[in-house]
Amino acid sequence: MGTYILRRGLLAIPTLLAISIISFIIIQLPQGDYLDREIQRLEEEFGDSSSLTQVEELRERYGLNEPLWKRYFIWMGGFVRGNFGESFEYKREVHELIWDRIAFTLIISIGSLVFTYVAAIPLGIYSATHQYNWSDHFLTFLSFVGMSLPAFLVALSLMVFAFDIFGIPLFGLFSAYYEGAPWSWGKLGDLIKHLWIPVIVVGVNGTASLMRIMRGNLLDVLGQPFVQTARAKGLREIIVVGKHAVRIAINPLISILGMSLPSILSGSAIVSIVLGLPTVGPILLRSLLNEDIYLAGTLLMMLSLLLVIGNLLADIALAWVDPRIRYE
Amino acid sequence: MNNPQISEIDDSSLEIGQLSYRQLIWRRFRKSAMGLIASGILLIFYIVAIGADFFAPYHDNDINMRFRHVPPQALHFSMSDGFYVYGLKSTRNPETLELEFTRDETQRHPVRFFFKDGAGGRRLFSSAGPMFLFGTDRMGRDILSRMIYGGRVSMTLGLVGVCLSIVIGSILGTISGYWGGWVDNLIQRIIEVLSAFPDIPLWMALGAALPPGWSSIQIYFGITIILSIIRWGGLARQVRGKVLSYRESDFVMAARAAGAGHWHIITQHLLPGCYSHIIVIATLAIPGMILGETALSFLGLGIRPPMTSWGVLLEEAQRVTVLLHYPWLIFPAVPVLIVVIAFNFLGDALRDAADPYSD
Repeated sequence: MGTYILRRGLLAIPTLLAISIISFIIIQLPQGDYLDREIQRLEEEFGDSSSLTQVEELRERYGLNEPLWKRYFIWMGGFVRGNFGESFEYKREVHELIWDRIAFTLIISIGSLVFTYVAAIPLGIYSATHQYNWSDHFLTFLSFVGMSLPAFLVALSLMVFAFDIFGIPLFGLFSAYYEGAPWSWGKLGDLIKHLWIPVIVVGVNGTASLMRIMRGNLLDVLGQPFVQTARAKGLREIIVVGKHAVRIAINPLISILGMSLPSILSGSAIVSIVLGLPTVGPILLRSLLNEDIYLAGTLLMMLSLLLVIGNLLADIALAWVDPRIRYE
Repeated sequence: MNNPQISEIDDSSLEIGQLSYRQLIWRRFRKSAMGLIASGILLIFYIVAIGADFFAPYHDNDINMRFRHVPPQALHFSMSDGFYVYGLKSTRNPETLELEFTRDETQRHPVRFFFKDGAGGRRLFSSAGPMFLFGTDRMGRDILSRMIYGGRVSMTLGLVGVCLSIVIGSILGTISGYWGGWVDNLIQRIIEVLSAFPDIPLWMALGAALPPGWSSIQIYFGITIILSIIRWGGLARQVRGKVLSYRESDFVMAARAAGAGHWHIITQHLLPGCYSHIIVIATLAIPGMILGETALSFLGLGIRPPMTSWGVLLEEAQRVTVLLHYPWLIFPAVPVLIVVIAFNFLGDALRDAADPYSD
């Protein structure tokens, strides 16, 4: 098991390197740089940009005059040591800006993942054990609708509904009272009160597709001879399904864990923008629009890193459950 | 199927061996009620969107500053006037200083069919007076018309994008599966790296990189390429798997022994076996593309005005304060949902039908 984890972990390194190169190139794609934009803005506002006389000096400081490959190595060299460069817009070190946001992204993503599995597995089991019943048809239809709902539209509609009917503003993760307050039990409670909405909204798509997969898996397993044997032995149906069939049918869901991460991270990014949550999404959008390259690059890299780590954990979990994979 | 008579024969009594592959697929597919309904709905949507110049009551960028944020008007019917809408009476709200519109029952604007508009084109239905069945936006543009024109961009973008990923995906998938070795390894690693990005953030970054000076058409194709960059990977994997499984099969061996070249084997023996899979995957990929465009344009990184797409329309509904005052701005979400759900049902029905020998 140890060697498997090590081998799998080492394999992730070249992937991460490729990701970092692609991220860096994409971030550099827009024409011009942040300073060009700043000059343009000053000229539009004040008619001249003389307040930014030290442009060349600034370029030098941010390393914008170096060739692309050299900038990449400087950035990457800093990255592995936890120095992600400086944000042009916020005039602060990138690492000061992102950790809180990554933490909230993780909280929402993990919350959604848990919600997805907790909701989808029972629904899938119910659907499979009532195959072709009207409730199965209804759940199937619902799952199709759920798979098709774009998370940001759900978030938008929920927000309007909540405000229109209950008069609750659903914006942000904290109420105004706790917004800047230090951490306390009250603040934690307030967070949880706000958290469940994004968690469910982000999880809707995943729940719907996972439910269909669970249903399909269980139906496959229920058709197998050992289930028939269990029934023939006279076991009660609840034991046949719960103890014999579901255990086998749940196994493939672990490998899907890795696959459902990208959509959850994507979903949380866009839902956060709509709901104004302090996660990676809104700041990424802002930094992309402002060509705040080091901030945007770091965020893109961090999101991919989360994905790679998530996939790694899913693979390890799968190897742990299914010994055949370890010896491949 | 080319012969019209064959499809008219009641084939349900025939054995599997007596029917061609296509006939079997059709026999399976038409049993799925949801699949048939979905394809009917999609057909209607595409016809209306492509014929937007005829089906939409107004042009999508007809600005009407006198009628900003008009709520949806109800359609009425009477024997003397046919279909008509009541006129609009505007009053200025003393608090917000905004114009507010109420129904003016003294006026009736009849709906004219096959109406000849100012530019000389024919419209299926329109009206000489203001007729905004789904309301108007902040520049007094008719939302219904904008939805119809927006569908043209959003729905074709999904199709073009999927075609692009089919081309890239099948070429690279075939190469990967047929030749194997280091080429296969390289392609598989590329797919792995691409799938390690969360798609919306990557799309956002690429969307932000499109030059501001590009024309609408350039942006349209730019977005299409961006959306298909990520999506081809899954298709390539499926094609590779299929090609791998056929590569050593008897009929390919026989073709090779008979002296067939690589090109002949690939196009005549390997790819036909993948068609049904490709079509199913492509159908299921279209909703993702449509949603991707909608999400990108919603964030202001996709299609840019004056081009109209469903995402561009929804961008106006982004702020809750706006939505609370003018809830009809959310209407463009409805066609997005219908089309996406219909594609999912169609893809599901096709998936069941694509494997007609599985009974």
